[in-house]
Amino acid sequence: MTAPEDLRYTEDHEWLRADGQIGITAFAQDQLGDVVFVELPEVGRELKKGEAFGVVESVKSVSDLFSPVSGKIAKVNQELVDHPELINQDPYGAGWIIALEGIDAAEASSLMDASAYESHQEGGH
Amino acid sequence: MGKKTPLYEEHLALGGRMVDFGGWDMPVQYTAGILAEHEAVRKRAGLFDVSHMGEIECTGDRALAFADYLVTNNCQRLNMDQVLYTAMCYPDGGVVDDLLVYRLQDRVLLVVNASNTEKDVAWVTEQKETFGDGVQVRDVSAETAQIALQGPKAQEILQRLTEKNLDEIAFFYAAENVEVAGRTALVSRTGYTGEDGFEIYLRSEDAVHVWREILRTGAPEETLPCGLGARDSLRFEACLPLYGHELDREHNPLEAGLKFFVKLQKPDFIGHAALAKVQEDGGPARRLIGYRVLDRGIARQGYPLLDAAGRTVGITTSGMPSLTLGGSIGLGYVPAALAQPGTSIAVEVRGRAVPAEVVKIPFYRRSGK
Repeated sequence: MTAPEDLRYTEDHEWLRADGQIGITAFAQDQLGDVVFVELPEVGRELKKGEAFGVVESVKSVSDLFSPVSGKIAKVNQELVDHPELINQDPYGAGWIIALEGIDAAEASSLMDASAYESHQEGGH
Repeated sequence: MGKKTPLYEEHLALGGRMVDFGGWDMPVQYTAGILAEHEAVRKRAGLFDVSHMGEIECTGDRALAFADYLVTNNCQRLNMDQVLYTAMCYPDGGVVDDLLVYRLQDRVLLVVNASNTEKDVAWVTEQKETFGDGVQVRDVSAETAQIALQGPKAQEILQRLTEKNLDEIAFFYAAENVEVAGRTALVSRTGYTGEDGFEIYLRSEDAVHVWREILRTGAPEETLPCGLGARDSLRFEACLPLYGHELDREHNPLEAGLKFFVKLQKPDFIGHAALAKVQEDGGPARRLIGYRVLDRGIARQGYPLLDAAGRTVGITTSGMPSLTLGGSIGLGYVPAALAQPGTSIAVEVRGRAVPAEVVKIPFYRRSGK
């Protein structure tokens, strides 16, 4: 699956946009299947890189969401409360999950770029 | 790499997402997804590969008496070609497995859970010793494929592939030597979805042809291939127990709500004394209940159940989003005193107590039944 060029990626299949927006990848939503529930964090919470901040649930599975970088939660996507399926329909757009502020540029640039992430996907993870 | 059914290549070709299930490589869903597959079975028809299930043949003069001794339900009363659902217990009343028993012309067929097949074959073989030469037991799982066509349109679709008048096969009856798409099958009106439908037993080498023919002839009804995900969500809504969830060695069939399938008036069966004692002592101390989650959160297997005072009193055995009603529903064990519908309980979801209410089960019952 093609990953957008303007995003950075984690091994756990989260993406990070330069403005701090975070979501899960097209590959991840495809693996999960129909998303039926999203547990969102509180705005204002400080996250460390790799910290669990929420949960996505499909019919069959419960998966933690991990923050790609450290930062403070500036926004959460409240649309997902009633429309969790947005994660399946538009994982890089309307299906975004949270947005962080005050992220560390060095941490962000240490994440995988699109081509590295595509190879990671093909590795079967 | 796990074991593969004869339909493995079909699953890959249909976009099946393969997962390990009890040592088998099985599709959890196809490209349509669990929600669409679930709906196909409730409204139209869905086709399942259940070839991983175990089949054990008992033959000999005393085969039916032997089956009757193995299980809690009454096999002696079965008519020819009739099928029953039952539990098979250990002497202490814990469940070895739940299964279907078919009374056929020249044999009794036991259909058991895939993940328990090896254990069951060993158990059945061991018990057979008391019956001497009167019974022979044979594991025919490897040579037997099984597919299940389920849903309100199942009969209409299957009828196009067979000369046999399917009206003649009543609920929980079977017919042998039925030609389906030119292949010989054992067909029963049984299933694990809460819908009308058929389970079709075939020689392994015939499975691909019949599978393809059913999907082809069922295309006008948008018949979908369905994976284990939909199989689980459908059986869960219909409150059909799943071994390893509602049933196991630690729970007896009475507390699992299977009293109807436990015939204590039978003179003897394995587990009889233990189960009779449970009834004499006033019934099971804990019971399987269904509950509805009243706030945000999805019930899952293993989530603790709490009483009104917040004490942990039980555990969830299966839980899921409710695909038809929204929200979430669960099955679990609680003390008998909390088993009445309407009782307020809570389910612990990731450390948080979410209010829930005991409700009547099954969650789903098809209309007109």
